[in-house]
Amino acid sequence: MKFLPLLMEIMQLLLLLAAAPLFAGWVKMVKCWSQGRTSPSLLQPYRDIAKLFSKDVVLAENASWIFRFTPYIVFGATLLAGGIIPILSVDLPLSATADVIALVALFAIARFFTALAGMDIGTAFGGMGSSREMMIASLAEPAMLMAVFTMSLASKSTSLSHIAQAILQSDIHMALRPSLAFAFLAFVMIAIAETGRIPVDNPATHLELTMIHEAMILEYSGRHLALIEWAGMMKLFLYMSLGAAAFFPWGIAGAGNMAAIPLALIYLIIKFALAGVVLVLIETGLAKMRFFRVTEFLGAAFLLATLGMLAHFILE
Amino acid sequence: MDIHTTAQIINFLAAMVLLTAFGMLVQRRIYGLIHLFAWQGLFLSVSTAIVGYAAGRHHLYISSVLTLALKVILLPYILNALIHKLKIRKEIETVVNVPLTMLIGIALVIFSYSLTAPVREMSTLVTRSILAIALATVMIGLLMMITRRHAVTQIIGFLAMENGLFFAATSATYGMPLVVELGVAIDVLIAAFIFGIFFFHINTTFDSLDVEQMARLKEGE
Amino acid sequence: MIFSPLDLASLSVLLFLLQVLLAPLFRKNERAMVNICFSLAAAASLLAVAAGIWTVENGTTEKAILVLGLPDLPFHLRLDALSGFFLTTIGLLAFYVSVYSIGYVRGFIGQRPVMRLVIFYSFFIAGMFMVVLADDALFFLISWEFMAAASYFLVMYEDEKAENKRAAFLYLVIAHIGAVAILLSFGVMAGLATDFRDFSGYTFDAMRASQFPVEWATAAFFLSFFGFAAKAGIIPLHVWLPEAHPVAPSNISALMSGVMLKTAIYGIIRVTLDIIKVFPWWWGAVVLVFGLVSAVMGVLYALMQHDLKRLLAYHSVENIGIILIGIGLSMVFMSFQMPLIAALALTAGVYHTMNHAMFKGLLFMGAGAVLHATHERNMEEMGGLIHKMPWTAVLFLIGCVSISALPPFNGFVSEWLTFQAFLLSPSLPAPILKLLMPIGAAILALTGALAAACFVKAFGVTFLGRWRGHHKPKIQEVNWPMRIGMMMAAATCLLLGILPTLFIGWMDTIPVQLVGSTISASAGTYGWLWLTPVASERASYSGITVFLGILAVVAAVYILLHVKPGAIRRGHVWDCGFEKLTERMQYNATSFSMPIRRIFGYLFNIKEQVDLAQQSAHSAFPKRLNYYLRVRDRAWGWLYKPIAEASFWLSRKVGMLQQGRIQTYLIYSFITIILLLVFVI
Repeated sequence: MKFLPLLMEIMQLLLLLAAAPLFAGWVKMVKCWSQGRTSPSLLQPYRDIAKLFSKDVVLAENASWIFRFTPYIVFGATLLAGGIIPILSVDLPLSATADVIALVALFAIARFFTALAGMDIGTAFGGMGSSREMMIASLAEPAMLMAVFTMSLASKSTSLSHIAQAILQSDIHMALRPSLAFAFLAFVMIAIAETGRIPVDNPATHLELTMIHEAMILEYSGRHLALIEWAGMMKLFLYMSLGAAAFFPWGIAGAGNMAAIPLALIYLIIKFALAGVVLVLIETGLAKMRFFRVTEFLGAAFLLATLGMLAHFILE
Repeated sequence: MDIHTTAQIINFLAAMVLLTAFGMLVQRRIYGLIHLFAWQGLFLSVSTAIVGYAAGRHHLYISSVLTLALKVILLPYILNALIHKLKIRKEIETVVNVPLTMLIGIALVIFSYSLTAPVREMSTLVTRSILAIALATVMIGLLMMITRRHAVTQIIGFLAMENGLFFAATSATYGMPLVVELGVAIDVLIAAFIFGIFFFHINTTFDSLDVEQMARLKEGE
Repeated sequence: MIFSPLDLASLSVLLFLLQVLLAPLFRKNERAMVNICFSLAAAASLLAVAAGIWTVENGTTEKAILVLGLPDLPFHLRLDALSGFFLTTIGLLAFYVSVYSIGYVRGFIGQRPVMRLVIFYSFFIAGMFMVVLADDALFFLISWEFMAAASYFLVMYEDEKAENKRAAFLYLVIAHIGAVAILLSFGVMAGLATDFRDFSGYTFDAMRASQFPVEWATAAFFLSFFGFAAKAGIIPLHVWLPEAHPVAPSNISALMSGVMLKTAIYGIIRVTLDIIKVFPWWWGAVVLVFGLVSAVMGVLYALMQHDLKRLLAYHSVENIGIILIGIGLSMVFMSFQMPLIAALALTAGVYHTMNHAMFKGLLFMGAGAVLHATHERNMEEMGGLIHKMPWTAVLFLIGCVSISALPPFNGFVSEWLTFQAFLLSPSLPAPILKLLMPIGAAILALTGALAAACFVKAFGVTFLGRWRGHHKPKIQEVNWPMRIGMMMAAATCLLLGILPTLFIGWMDTIPVQLVGSTISASAGTYGWLWLTPVASERASYSGITVFLGILAVVAAVYILLHVKPGAIRRGHVWDCGFEKLTERMQYNATSFSMPIRRIFGYLFNIKEQVDLAQQSAHSAFPKRLNYYLRVRDRAWGWLYKPIAEASFWLSRKVGMLQQGRIQTYLIYSFITIILLLVFVI
């Protein structure tokens, strides 16, 4: 295995681990600003995770090995996904491990085990969270696949590195394609549903009956909760970088181009800062939907993705 | 701007027109419907202007300004006033549920694409791919009239159909002769006034604008 | 090789048939009978597996003519790559289930005559082997009937309950309707092979050699598709599956669901791609549409179930649909002369056949273990089994993860290959197909996600949480033969998931023989580690890297965190301040699938009713609540009831011929004689 790409891979993983809580802190900060509140420090998520790692673990009497094993699996699957998406450079040795479809399946593993952990304790809250989460995931899958299909039509590939490279190497006309615009809108809606943000799910709620994702992890504590929280922040970061790699890849270093890495880092910071602001605008501007209205939300995402696919064949 | 970029921009605007048509199909709130209709008119007028620039037909500029004045400014204003006067509730019920309506809309787009395939082969215009979108917009307008219960949405569906026809004319033959366009514009305006008068009468008679109520007009049984 | 693979396969069939002589010898000692007969069955299955592996590896075709059969119409045997593949699949699962049965059938000793089970089990597997070896219409149909009859007796094994007899009868009726359709189809093709002159067209070789006119070929195709669809359980001919599979003993359910349905897939591939060979594109589209409908409706029906085995039976409908999607895509691409993509789609469909046999067998064996330990089939009465049955729980979990198409297990690989075939559909020349294929891909994605939801429900309600039933029996882990059978199936699932290039390389003689191209060259370009079906720029997947990667991160994190481990305490669950939490307050199967039932409910016939028995004090504090839910398959009302009523009406009309008086019957004979004399002489 060549040395330089391996170094690149390790750098990217370390960046992911370090930057995900920072991004979560930035989103919190902008949200507080937009709502006229004083925000916690940008580094607060780090302190939260460190605090959780040092605490004891309290397990429910009924918890089995699945409950104890799930945080590790979730963390592992998310970190592996982080090794596949091109964040700073397209030249990653692990990028051939999975294309976009397999990437979605990696997140599905994490979700599967989290849902099982939710059912493990034997209370109604966990079952409710699992049931709702699996339903939302089922409806988001067709929309996600259609968006992936539309992405792959333009670049004739489903491998993320190649999609990014295809857009980087083409002329400006590639970016103006309506199919990609529709696919991007659909992707934003799906990302909101998958990462559990408003208007699908409120990550900051403490009312159990309104929870979807939080209800599944209600019983976790100590280092288990730290791993799950960290993995949740990484998932949000990764969905953002997935969108950036597939739709706005300018700035990502090309193959073998080590000198462009610092520039890529600057582009990354700018893109994520903007993405955080857009996310906060969406979260503050919309209200959380009733649970059965999520069907229409995801149906609209599917519709947009299908329109993108149709627009490719009709107009391009 | 070279021809390739112009074609790209026109295609993009066509996609936006289709998107607003779908948006109107699934929108629940009346004011949202009128806003979407205004946006559709805006995209339509900008694309007409660009087609005029690309094809060198200057009468299309006048068409574009006409569309802007009529469909983006005047008609939404009239509809807003109508709704305000009639004190209509903000939400509209549908006959079929929303996801099913979306799927039917997608089927209509596929259908119109396969229908206009032979025209696409033969045409040499820069706007040849837009005919399918225009036809789809007409059919989605008709679908909107079928799947909604409220009378005001029926008129908006009718206007959306007219948008689609106008778009079809722009793309197939670079617009209609100016006389025809002026005539159509005045017809649409008058139709809006007549609809308004009818709605007042219907509201007075039935105390509601739900078209299901008009089934009571049937004789017998 | 001293023995040719066909010799090995024939030996295997003979050993199975000999069980009918062997089993009665041990009538007095049922335990010895179980041990010896099932061990012999396992050994015979291994012979077939060896024969199959060797044949597919080398792509050879062997033929033989038996002295049995009608005069002038002997039986023909043929072992080519496709037959070899199905021999391997059937034999492998039969091996695992035979080992499992040694432990499972012990539970029937003393309650029911075991000899019947042993004999019909052997006949069933022998029948399946004979079906895939048959090379003429006569032997094929005889083997088909033999297999169906043996499975009927197996389904009827616990025949003291009326519902079991009804389920078996339904199974028999639909199997025979299908068999008649297959017979007619073979009749058409055999007649056309010789222009309806003599009987020599009944061999498959004669059918292969002849060119069929398009209308007759279409008739033959649709008749055989209908017949095989009845056996495979494709919607709307699926109604016997959820009735027959749950009532059979679990080892039989594993075989029926895992490999008997695959013989129908074998039939479809054999007739369409091997015998008819040239067909218009819309046949492939029909197969694809039936596959998509079966996949989605199968998983939705499964989500409504709370009986564990019925849930698994409906999932078989879904997975057969997924296999048909692969085959339909392959047919479409073949009809447009695109053999490379057709090979990809065919590989995906055939791979899924093997995968489904493995994980469905594993799941049914697990369900049998649960049934064996708790005597309970209803998930809503179970819960918390993971504490008492740890081995079964882990193995069942592997089955659940595999069927939900999650990497690094095998279900994901075949679904991924199917998606790649869909993604290549833009290269089709027909525009309407180009637009509709992506919607098919989206439906497949929906199916996969719903399957994952269903198995979270199945595993979660059965094994996790606390016991939901009213009284808790004494539960203990099942015996070793059952565990070993399941472990072998689980290991196969993992291996098929992380070494796909080796499997595709082994299997590549099948697409070469059927569509004329193979993907193993491009699939394995980068070595055994990476699966790159068409080109590496297009898409690539590495199962073993996913497996090792997750394992490495999990191990690293675990070690890092346990350098100085924090304490773990046990405490009460979070009850929101409400102290009286009971086990009945957990989510069970019905509540878990409520959102999906709400959204997709219009596809079923659902009746939901809530009755509140009031307490006298205030309506906000009801004394008791009755919840009634009934979910019925619409196919009964729309398809079967009208057909049944029509056939009863017809029978009543024809029954008017039976007057009961002798004179009337004599008049019938008299009229017939006069007509014969007039027209014949």
